[in-house]
Amino acid sequence: MRLVVDLNRCQGYAQCAFLAPDVFAMHGEEALLYRPEADEAQRGRLAQAAAACPVQAIVVDAVDAPAEAASGER
Amino acid sequence: MNGDGALDRLRREGRIVVVGASLAGLRAAETLREKGFTGSLTMIGDEPHEPYDRPPLSKQVLLGAATADGTALPRRRALDATWRLGVRATGLDMAARRVRLADGDEVPYDRLLIATGVRARPWPREEEAGLDGVFVLRTLDDAAALGRRLAEGPRRVFVIGAGFTGSEIASACRERGLAVTVAERGAAPLVGALGGVVGAVAAELQREHGVDLRCGVMVTALEGDASGRVRAAHLSDGSTVETDVVVVSLGATRNTEWLAGSGLGAGPRGIACDAGCRAFDIRGIVTDDIYVAGDVARSPHPLFGYQFLSLEHWGNAVCQAEIAAHNMLSESADRLPHMWVPAFWSAQFGVNIKSVGVPSMGTEILVSQGSLMDRRFVGVYGYQGRVIGAVAFDHARWLPFYQELIETTAPFPPAFPMVGRSPGGQRPVDADFPDPSVPTHGPTVTLSGYSPADRRMTFTPAH
Repeated sequence: MRLVVDLNRCQGYAQCAFLAPDVFAMHGEEALLYRPEADEAQRGRLAQAAAACPVQAIVVDAVDAPAEAASGER
Repeated sequence: MNGDGALDRLRREGRIVVVGASLAGLRAAETLREKGFTGSLTMIGDEPHEPYDRPPLSKQVLLGAATADGTALPRRRALDATWRLGVRATGLDMAARRVRLADGDEVPYDRLLIATGVRARPWPREEEAGLDGVFVLRTLDDAAALGRRLAEGPRRVFVIGAGFTGSEIASACRERGLAVTVAERGAAPLVGALGGVVGAVAAELQREHGVDLRCGVMVTALEGDASGRVRAAHLSDGSTVETDVVVVSLGATRNTEWLAGSGLGAGPRGIACDAGCRAFDIRGIVTDDIYVAGDVARSPHPLFGYQFLSLEHWGNAVCQAEIAAHNMLSESADRLPHMWVPAFWSAQFGVNIKSVGVPSMGTEILVSQGSLMDRRFVGVYGYQGRVIGAVAFDHARWLPFYQELIETTAPFPPAFPMVGRSPGGQRPVDADFPDPSVPTHGPTVTLSGYSPADRRMTFTPAH
């Protein structure tokens, strides 16, 4: 599963770090570090974290990781 | 045939080509499908990788907390696109509406989106740049290679340039316990983007974390050993730093060379476009079938005197791509302007740095909340009596307030008291930006107007 955080929106509320600590971690007082590729086992927690983000800054795959890009050469 | 019919046909069975398969290109493609475009979509990218996110490359990837190839961008929807990855666009025939590719192929289009972005400026001397152990950091492959080398535990890392990327690299190295020297031509880190007052705070932050920071110096040469590995850097103050890894962090060059001779208004400063993302040709006439988005675009912004802004900002790439995609499929009266307020972030030495507006346009700065000493503050930038930008160190939650001040052209200095204002921080001071006539590390935002001397309308490649 892939995710990206819009760090312009992120204001360091740390809800995601509480809900999915294997994916998100606070780095210092306010800055957020996250694993852009999360294990499938984290899907439930990640969905919770994305829903709980007060500024809705977490974007998660809406479709399965596509094979089209890999196979698209030529 | 009326105009509506043509637009309907474009939506239904048109051919849209996106050159540049990164953040802006991907978001534009997703938006096109979202808006009901059912025609053929071709994504062209010179890297072999599908679209990936860059900000983690200088942060969690260098820290070893994520792998470079794990930064692929999430898909918000299925794209049903033809991907031409690993092949670069080499030319554009505007009359025939075709993009030429490096493998000799030509791709016809009805609408073209150019999102080719920027690339890292390499160390200018080729033989030195080619030494083993000399890196730049822009792409996934760059990050993977540098990350591998850092994991080997070099004795010292030498970073050339203390802009945002250079500073983030130094921060990651220190966190990994590696010895780091940073050489910066300006008076302080981040000075081009945020000025000397904030730069001084960044300098303290680096030194406190054990960075050997050398400001006001230039690197005169990189020296390799007999086996072609870098072993030392020579500085303009006569000193020499022994190092086994050098990271060249000297900003970026816009990827516009492939448009040379095409007649499109593309040059070293980017591709000029109107506020609706339509590219200008070299005669200053706006095209209606070629759009630009992301780092390579240069568009006028009404909030900043209609100056042409080139923004290497994540949020700008996203927003501009969505606007371009929308406008491509819209009647002229339904088109939207790209009026995103510049905003970016950086995380270094455990501090969250965020900015809105265009600080580099400011002449004065007022520390409106917190204090420089605590490294927790908001600095407001003033330009001709109005608020033009703001920067926050670990104070990000306040920035939307300052964004509103910028959007409403509020007076500077702000006339009201702020929460958490420190005593002594009441008066604006000179923001201390370097003299623009003296070359130094460029700001993240560049402002440039049309040069009146540009009357010959010839293409000038960047060097």
